[in-house]
Amino acid sequence: MIRALAILLLCQLAGTVLQEAFGLPMPGPVIGFVLLLAAFFVTKGPDTALHDTAQGLLKHLGLLFVPAGVGVVGMLGLLRQNALALLIAIPVSTVLGLLVTGTIMQWFMRRAGAPNA
Amino acid sequence: MHSPLKLFQIWVYLQTQPLLWLAVTLCVWELARAVDRLAGHRALSNPTVMSILFIAALLLITHTSYRNYFTGGAYIQFLLGPATVALAVPMYANWPVIRRNFAAILVSLTTGSMVAAGSAMLILRVLRAPRIVTISLGPKSVTTPIAMGISQQLGGNPSLTAVFVMITAMFGILVYPAVFRLGRVTDWRARGLAAGVAMHGLGTAKMLTLDDTAGAFAGLAIGLNGLVTSLFLPVMIVIFGI
Repeated sequence: MIRALAILLLCQLAGTVLQEAFGLPMPGPVIGFVLLLAAFFVTKGPDTALHDTAQGLLKHLGLLFVPAGVGVVGMLGLLRQNALALLIAIPVSTVLGLLVTGTIMQWFMRRAGAPNA
Repeated sequence: MHSPLKLFQIWVYLQTQPLLWLAVTLCVWELARAVDRLAGHRALSNPTVMSILFIAALLLITHTSYRNYFTGGAYIQFLLGPATVALAVPMYANWPVIRRNFAAILVSLTTGSMVAAGSAMLILRVLRAPRIVTISLGPKSVTTPIAMGISQQLGGNPSLTAVFVMITAMFGILVYPAVFRLGRVTDWRARGLAAGVAMHGLGTAKMLTLDDTAGAFAGLAIGLNGLVTSLFLPVMIVIFGI
């Protein structure tokens, strides 16, 4: 488990160094994610320890969002001041995102034939 | 014995340590998961949302500053980095399916993601919302660890972004059946991809309970959407003059 954590942290570290060194627009952890994915093609996938640690972390992904979300207490004023704009922007953009992605993908899949292959 | 004064001193001491709020966060999370199980995993019983609201209320009631809370919360938040890297594991597992449909996935996902982020930011821009709010809303459809990273990178407020990400996903869970009916989206691959693009982890969890293929496509959409958004959002902000 510790070795698996070390691998994840090393990828994140490498990603962060690359991001800082080249001024890349992607956050360090995202670059780390790409690096690890690339490494899997060489190693033919993660070993059991890395697989289990990764799945364990992802199983509780919801917990990791909590501290940031609690930050809402410091932003109640900001949310209230922009309530109208947000009440329009979030529903409209969410429905558009669902609709556009769904219908385009549906069109591609229908064209390719074989439903739900 | 413990006089009120002594108790107060303990309280003050605990405020300076990570222990109290770290313990509270983990306990509240376990409690919220139990409630979510009892409620049958409904959209409104999402454990992340319940934990956030409960702890936020605790902070307001006890007059604890977010800064004090975060001395403990920071330890949990730190794990978002390695968790983002860990997304490579399910991504690799789904690689054969992804490769077969790669062009269709990339075009649908990029278009949907750009429309979602672009329309959200344009509406705020037109309604003259402050720049920091507009930028923080941009990555709202991306999974939280990546969304917060993008937000920070572009000069947004990561905490505000996290709140927007949660609100977006909750809203998406409520409306997606009607939207799929309206757009006649019947293919599970298309439904899964759309759910992953619009409401990330919450959508993926929901799709997994409905259809395996939809779940796999939703999971894939999370990772890809994070990558794609981190690439187009900086450009979009410049073009929109935000």
